[in-house]
This record gives sequence, C-alpha cells and structure tokens, in this order.
Amino acid sequence: MERSSALIGSIFLLISISCLINPISAAASGSGEGYSIAGRVKLDNFVTKGFGLGHSPKLSETKVILNGGQRTTFVRPDGYFSFHDVPAGTHLIEVSSIGYLFSPVRVDISARNPGKIQAALTENRRALNELVLEPMKDEQYYEIREPFSMLSLVKSPIGLMIGFMVLVMFVFPKMMDGVDPEEMRQAQEQMREHGIPSISNLVAGRS
Amino acid sequence: MEARFLLGFLLLLSLSSFAFAIYEDQVGLADWHKRYIGKVKHAVFHTQKTGRRRVVVSTEENAIASLDLRTGDILWRHVLGKNDAVDQIGLSLGKYVLTLSSQGSVLRAWNLPDGQMVWETDLQISNPSNSFLHVLGNVKSGRDSLSLVCNGGSIRAVSSIDGLVVWKKDLSIDGLKLKHVFQPPESDTIYAIGFIDSSLIALYHINAKTGELLKHATQASSVDLSSEISAISSDSLVALDTSRSNLLLIKFMAGTITNHKLPLSDIVQDFSGLAELIPTKSNDIFVVKTPSNVAFIKVKGDNEIELIGKADEAGIVSDSLTLSEEEQAFAVVHHSNNAISFQVRINGREALTEGIKIEDHRGHVKRVFLNNYVRTDKSHGFRALIVMEDESLLLMQQGEVVWSREDGLASISDAVVAELPVEKEGGVSVVEVEHTLLEWLKGHMLKLKGTLMLSTPDDMAAIQAMHLKSTERNKMTRDHNGFRKLIIVLTRSGKVYALHTGDGRIVWAHLLTPLLQSESCPSPSVLTLRNWRVPHRKALQENPSILLVGRCGAGPESHGFLFIVDSYSGKVLETQILDHSIAEVVPLPLADSSEQKLHLVIDHKLNAHLYPRGSDALEVFVREMANMYYYKVENAKEDIKGYAFKKGCSTGSSAYCFGTRELWSVVFPSDSERIVATARRKINEVVHTQAKIMTNQDVMYKYISKKILFVATVSPKAAGGIGSAAPDDAWLVAYLIDTVTGRILHRVTHQEAQGPVHAVVSENWVVYHYFNLRAHRYEMTVIEIYDQSRADNKDVMKLVLGKHNLTAPITSYSRPEIATKSQSYFFTHSVKAIAVTTTARGITSKQILIGTIGDQVLALDKRYLDPRRTANPSQEEKEEGIIPLTDTLPIIPQSYVTHTRQVGDLRGIMSFPANLESTTHVFSYGIDLFYTRIAPSRTYDSLTDEFSYVLLLITVVVLIVAILVTWAMSQKKDLQEKWR
Repeated sequence: MERSSALIGSIFLLISISCLINPISAAASGSGEGYSIAGRVKLDNFVTKGFGLGHSPKLSETKVILNGGQRTTFVRPDGYFSFHDVPAGTHLIEVSSIGYLFSPVRVDISARNPGKIQAALTENRRALNELVLEPMKDEQYYEIREPFSMLSLVKSPIGLMIGFMVLVMFVFPKMMDGVDPEEMRQAQEQMREHGIPSISNLVAGRS
Repeated sequence: MEARFLLGFLLLLSLSSFAFAIYEDQVGLADWHKRYIGKVKHAVFHTQKTGRRRVVVSTEENAIASLDLRTGDILWRHVLGKNDAVDQIGLSLGKYVLTLSSQGSVLRAWNLPDGQMVWETDLQISNPSNSFLHVLGNVKSGRDSLSLVCNGGSIRAVSSIDGLVVWKKDLSIDGLKLKHVFQPPESDTIYAIGFIDSSLIALYHINAKTGELLKHATQASSVDLSSEISAISSDSLVALDTSRSNLLLIKFMAGTITNHKLPLSDIVQDFSGLAELIPTKSNDIFVVKTPSNVAFIKVKGDNEIELIGKADEAGIVSDSLTLSEEEQAFAVVHHSNNAISFQVRINGREALTEGIKIEDHRGHVKRVFLNNYVRTDKSHGFRALIVMEDESLLLMQQGEVVWSREDGLASISDAVVAELPVEKEGGVSVVEVEHTLLEWLKGHMLKLKGTLMLSTPDDMAAIQAMHLKSTERNKMTRDHNGFRKLIIVLTRSGKVYALHTGDGRIVWAHLLTPLLQSESCPSPSVLTLRNWRVPHRKALQENPSILLVGRCGAGPESHGFLFIVDSYSGKVLETQILDHSIAEVVPLPLADSSEQKLHLVIDHKLNAHLYPRGSDALEVFVREMANMYYYKVENAKEDIKGYAFKKGCSTGSSAYCFGTRELWSVVFPSDSERIVATARRKINEVVHTQAKIMTNQDVMYKYISKKILFVATVSPKAAGGIGSAAPDDAWLVAYLIDTVTGRILHRVTHQEAQGPVHAVVSENWVVYHYFNLRAHRYEMTVIEIYDQSRADNKDVMKLVLGKHNLTAPITSYSRPEIATKSQSYFFTHSVKAIAVTTTARGITSKQILIGTIGDQVLALDKRYLDPRRTANPSQEEKEEGIIPLTDTLPIIPQSYVTHTRQVGDLRGIMSFPANLESTTHVFSYGIDLFYTRIAPSRTYDSLTDEFSYVLLLITVVVLIVAILVTWAMSQKKDLQEKWR
C-alpha cells in the first residue's frame, strides 16, 4: 500500500497537469447542477479472429457503465453514448463489450469551471483529448488449437516416447561406432552372458 | 543427462499452459448457460406479416427482450441498470421499440429486428413521477412520427427517428397530473386531460406539431378522483373516485367538460368492496373489476350506462385489444386447482372459452396479455401470454400451452447443493456394452480428428452434439467423480427448483407458499434454504433433505414457518408454522442420530430455538452448548455483538428454546465509520495443511479459525457511490474479528479509499476489493494471518517425534500471537461478486472467482494475491512459484470461466467441491445461469476428456511392432556375426 502510494501520487499529479492542457468540451445541461458526459466507443479498428462459433462482437451488446453500476447506457449504431445530469466530481466510466478489454476512464467534471471535463485512461494513465474509447486489446477466450504439425506430435508425451525410442535405436549404435573395438567386444561378450541385449547396460557402459 | 533434459522439457510444456483454459470445441462439455428475462410486466405484440412473429416484453428485472412467439426463444435482450426500471414500452413506426424508464426521465428506441439501441433521450424531468408514453399514430411531418411523454404537468414530444425533443410544453400548474392524451383521427390537435389535486378536471388542446396551447378548460369534479381512469371514446373517459365505489363519467365536447357521478352499486347489483378499472382504448366500453366479479359496461348516449356482460368469478383481466372499430376483446382468466379457464370476451360477450391444464407448481395467474391473429377463414383467433405466480411465462393458443419459460430462475436468492441417488446395482447387457464400445471408439476417432485439425465442419458439429447429449453426464444417479449433483435454488417468488449439474435441466420444482396460505399465515415468503440432512454414514437409507425457512408476514415480528423437502423428489416431508419469529438461521456443525443437522433459529428477541425437535438433538446441543457462539452485525447501529447461549428463554418454557447472553460488543464510531461489508469463512471449508514452508525452509503456521469475521467500514462521507466523495474525506478500515471473544485480530486503514467492498475469506486469508480514490482505480488487498505461537516448531525432527504443541486444541481464548502479511494490487474492473474455489480436501491451489462488471466470471490464481511477491524474486522463490510483483493484477482472457458467455445482471457465484480433488463446480447466477467445472491446478488426478486413447493405442501397437522388428533384425545380425 504505502509502497506504491508515493509513486501513484506523483503520477496523479502528472495526469492532472496533462489533463489541464487537454480539456474536453462538455455540455452543461439546463436542469439543476448536472452535466452531460458524451463520448464514443470505437470498435472498427479491431478485427477479431476466431472469436467463437457464430458469435461476433456486436455494438448492440456494448454497455457503458458509470461509477461501477450507478447508471448504465448503451451505445448507438454510430458508437456514441451519453450520460446526462451527472454531478460535478470525479467519475469512472467502464465499457463492457464481450471480446474486448477496455480501460476504465477517469472523468473529472470541474465544479469551479462549469462544463469543463477532463478524461484519462486509468490503466495506462493516458489523457484523452476527446472521449473516444477504444479497446486496449481484444480478448481471446479460447485456447487456440495449434495447427497439426510434426512438432506438436513430437511434443506430446507419446511423441517424446517414440522420439526417445528412435534416438536409442538409431543414434546410439552410431555412437557405438566410435567406441574402442576392444571394449566393444568385451561389452558384447557381457551381453551374450546375460542373454538379452539391454539398453541400460549400454548406457551404463557409455558413461 | 537425457533424463534431465527430458524433465526440463516437460516442465517447460506444463508452464506454458494456463491453469484454466478451454478450446472452442470444448464448449458445452462441462458447462451450460441458460438465459432468462424475469417476471414480465409489460408485453407488446408485433405481428408483422412478413417478419417473424415476436413479442416485446419488459420485466421486473429491468430487462427488455424480444421473444419469438412460436418457440419462446429470446431473439435479443438487454438488461438496463439497477435504478432504471422500465415504466412503459411501445412500438413506433413499426420498427422501433420505445422504452420509457427511470420514472419517465429516459426514453430509448431499440431497433426491433436486432435490438440495437437507435437513440436515447434524457427528458430532463425535474421531479420524476408516474409518467406515461403515448405514441401518436398520425402526426406525420415527413416520415417522422411523434411520441408524447407526459409527466405530471408537462408534455414532451419526441421524434421517433432521432429522439430529438420536437417541442416541450410545461403547463406549470401545481398539482396537475396529466392522465390521458388522445388525438382524434385526421386532426392536428391533441387533447390532454388531467386532474388537479383530485378535485378539478382539466382539459388542454394542444397543437400536435408545435406544442402551442390552443385552449384549456377546468371543471370541478363532484367526487374525489383517484388516479385510475379508462378512456372510452374520443370524447369521454371514466374515472374512479378515491373510495373506489363510484364512477365518474367525464365528457369533454367542444372545449367544455361535463361530469356525472355514477355509484357502482347501481350498475352492479351485488357490488361491495373496492373496484378497479381496467384500462381500455375506446369504443364506449369499459371494464370494472370488483372483488367478486368483472363487469363489462357500455356507455349509451348521455350519461346512461348499461351492464353488457359479467364474468362471475373474479379473474385476471387483460388490457383491451381492439379488433376493429366496433369490437373490443378482453381476456379473463380464472384459475382453479391445476387448470386455467381462459375466456375471451368481445364487447362483453363471451366469444371463446378454453380450459387448459397446467402444472400445479406454477401457482395462480398473475397477469395476462391478449393478442389476436387472423385465421385463414378470416375469423379471429386468440393467443395469450400468461404470467404465473412463480414468474414463469406461458403462451396459450387453441386450448394448449404452446411454450413455457421458467423465468422465475432469473431471481435466485439462495442456493445449496445436494447429492443424487446412488446407482442401483443391476446387470448390463452385452449388446449394450458392444454398442457403447462402438460409440466410444467412434467418438474417439472424431476427437482424434479434431486434435489433428483434420475435421470438417460437419465433424465439428458432430463433436459438439456428442458433448451435449452424452448420456453419462445427465444420469440421475451419483457418479464416482462427484460431477453429477443437484443444485437446489430458491427464487424470489418462493419457488424451489432442483437443477441437474449435467445440463441444467429442472429435475423438480415446487411452489411451496400456496400450501401455507391461511388465516394464521397470510402472506408467506421464503427467506432461505439450508441442507437439513446429508446422509453419509449412519442414515444412508434416508433421503437427503432441505430445510426452507420463511416468514408469514412482512415485518420482522411475524411468525416463521419451515418446510423440510426431500431433495431427490421435492416432496414436502414436514410443514410447520412456528410460534416465534425468524431473524436468522444458524446452522451448527452438529447432527443428531438420524443425521439431521442441528439449526438454531434466532428470533427478533434474541432467543434461540433448536431444530430438529428431538431428545437426542437436544442432548447433543446441550452437551456442546458451552462451545456455541453467535454474533450479530447491526448495520443500522454500527455495532457487532457476540452472544453465548444459556438455558431457558424469555418467551416460553420450551426445552428447545434457549436464551442468549451478551459476551462482547464492538462498537464503531458512527461519526467516522459505517459498516459496508462483512465476510466469513464457509463453515464446510476443508483445509489440508496448516503449515506453510517458506523459501528459506522456515515453517509458518497458518492461523486457521472458523470464527474469523472480516468487517469493512468506510467514512460516512464516502458511503455513497463512486463520484460522490473527495479523496480527503474517504477512508476504509478493514477489521479481522474473532467472533468468539470479540478480539480484533487485525485492523488496517486505507486512506483515500471507499466502497463498494467485496470480500472473501478462506483458510487463513482474506481478499477484498475496493476503490482507491487517489489513483481512481480499483484495488484488491490480501491479508494472510499466521500463528506466531507455533512459530518455534521449526525442527522437523521434533515434528516427526511428536515433541511439538501442534496437537494442542486451538482455542480462541488462548489469545495466540498472530502475524499478518499483506499486499495490495490494482484491479481493472468493477466487481459484482467474489468467491473462492473449494475442493474436497483442500489440497488443490485456490482460485478467486471474480464476477466483473461485464457479467463475466474471472478465475484468478491465488498465487497472484500472495503477500510474498516481490519485484525481483530470488532463484529459490521463482522455483517455488512466486510471481514477480506487478502493480496490477493480470486479466488473462483465457481464464474467464464463462468464456464468451455473459451472466446477465450477475449477483452470485457459488463454488462447491466434486469428489475428485482437482475439480470444483462453479455456479453463477443473475438473470442468467451459468455452470461449469474447473480445475484450478489442472486435472492432475484423472485423464482429461481430451486424452486421446486412440493415439495411445496406436503408439502401443507401433512399439510392439518395432520391438518385434528390432528383435528379428538383431537375430539376423547375430546369425551373420556367428557366420563371420
């Protein structure tokens, strides 16, 4: 806790300064002290691949949530959304859209400077010039099956087993070629004594 | 050397995969997802000739949905925010659904075919109150049409195409409440009728295109007006007075208003009690519902009315349906025993009567929505949507139920798990075995194709279908792995459902409250359910059963009742109306000789009543009474009190009634702290080991107590939601309290933090989620508690020889020294619910199940919430699996247990163990239900479904062949060697 608070504090200061440079225009509406927050959700730059059988992410399923559920709105076909009658203060906007990860957005509505709204992404502390929310990344909910390849077959436990067997069958005899013929004969004699040629004996003989 | 290389390789393989992730073709293998909408409160039929027949509904769960009228399937659905209740829905231009919500302040239009929101308008209403929406049919400026929203004394006309407010008229008269708006055909003038302070009738003529007030008139009423009206023609309407026994006929021709009082007893002979007006549209007919009957009344000429039809029993009446200019149809539905009589009346005359049998677990009819269709012979056919007491939705047509939806499941309030019956021994025929073997082989060939990426889309579909209808998972018997269980859920309507974990089907369902309804129990409502009997050793021949506890009335003093229900069949075994109230039910870790679990029911006077009633239960409890404690959190008083039990209670002399004695109390200063969340360990959680080996070979002992209570308080200024408090006014204090002694084990203050707080307690740790106002991000903190008094038991030899104090009983009174370790991390999302995985023996590592704001469930490894994480872990720490410290908890999309599904309006997550140690069941509920099984440390104790037996078989065969070949080769070589 204490460890990170100093760091966060300094970064917070940075955000505030950068926010002051880039104010977002906002409409102060007539009724009471409330202000309107209007923005846009943009999904077009993201092409999802292999999202799911018959599922495609739709804008109609995208929700915009203010302050962790105090209010919920939906986006229009063009991606625009708005909250009305929001009091001055610091608010949090989250976008829920299946298939995408959005960073929550911190929105400051200034009380002293009516109608002045500043926004910043909370995840990477980037200030936004306009309230255009784009996903940080698309989310792949399924493991991707690797295409069939020899490598994947070899990597499986059974593949390893076969691989090891092949290794023993073909490489070890080759290694044997470099062995001193005297020693070799000795080993073979030993083998004949025991009857069965055993791999473990060979390996033990080598090392 | 090779072996080491191999090991390293295997290690690499296992590290590269996530703890929980599924392939796309595994969807539906272990999981199921059911979508519901909730209790329907409005329905608008849309029967376009070309398109699909559909009905648009809005529900009490704030959902709006479009249903297919033929099947009842959801075409699209949206769940609005919590405070955004739908007031009215309507159709506009034949392609938009309009919804008025938030007490008339938000108007939205949705595209009818796909549910895309087209526009949203905030109507900026200063004092939201009862509002209504009126879609004008014939004001056309271009291709646009207007919708009027009336709220109190103001009217707003909204364009249907873009949602812009075309004009706004504030009649600015105190106490004016507009009641009705209508527009004569082919006219640009609209008439708005309202009541001022229930004594004056006001009429306004307004230009429909500009909103200009053309004319207005007021007239004193001869009776006190209630808010119920019924418009009966283009120039008259009927209102009820506040005594609900007189009618007022109001006519407003040529700008003048006349009214005429008509006592109801003149029209309906045996009238008594309170009447109710059913909204109608026109045609001089209105409907009055009285406690004993339903009267159809026609207005004739000047101030004369005539009773044209009467339905004798009081039934549920639908809104009127206009068939033609002359004809108005109503549906009247009566309910008796397990049948519905469905009657359609056209202009008061009976046109159609059908009797339909329905299951008796649905209760009474609550609402009915009538719709007609034109048959091939041009006559009218009728269908009706019926909402039942259990919140289910039925479509009735031609004397039968076409489809039904169990929408009561959208409002689950509590859930428990029960076992299925044990499989009976029985012979299996050879044919069956052969058949299954063939099927099994076929299935595995398909799967092999799938793994080798050789399968065609057809094969993929076959694999999916195979998963779904796999008979093994849907059997009605217990299985060895404990995958098949019953989830017993209680819904808001008091209905109890048993769901099968295999496919989520309803095994049995019961609406219990009607069984109780009587003089002594006027309005029963079920509060909670508990496992009553879980037989395992002594009483195996007994069926497991469930305890349901409820209240007879609304207040906390009203008498309680309890039901005991067989969990195999749903049969009610015992019903009891109690002679005391119910404040809380405390399950005890004790059972009587027939394995019935002991429960204490605490009443509002803090007396404890023991159930079951039986001498051995009493004996067991009295023996253990000195070790039993109870605590109570009073959110209003900001205190927590602990109690012990004593013999003899204040209200009676029953042997089963015990008094309580206050032991301790923790009082929070109400000017600086307010309780926002409490959490405690699950009473049936199993902990495998209490020792934890640290990297430096040290042993830490977990402080494991079932009596730990986590309490979070926030400053009063920060008790509101996010956005309402300044960082300097906000702080959050987390407490860990021992509920036996009231000792505060640990207390930590988070400055500049606020709720909402969601917490979960397990083993020796607590994880909680809150909002950090300074960083303006959510944070999660973990606190682990260790027992210092055992810290000197470090010598392994001592442990082996038994020279340690670990076997000494753990008691809260010994006040052990404790040490805590804690760490905080940022977390991206808002959280709706939080839970932890539980496994049968507690060996498997834990995952925290987080219900995010996007209605998904994320499984986060406890390893990420480990206070020992450091930025640069040493080599030993890395080997132990400590993850380098990051300021944010990672969100890995593959670890969403709900994968691409969403659990609409997520409210709860439940995890319960399977018999297999590696696996746990996860059930999450909201408007939707989602169930799956997860293995937090992967399935290390069984082969996965993905395991390719065929590949194994092939390998074995290949190996045997290879051995034979090499053997033959070596023989040959030997021979050659000898010849040489």
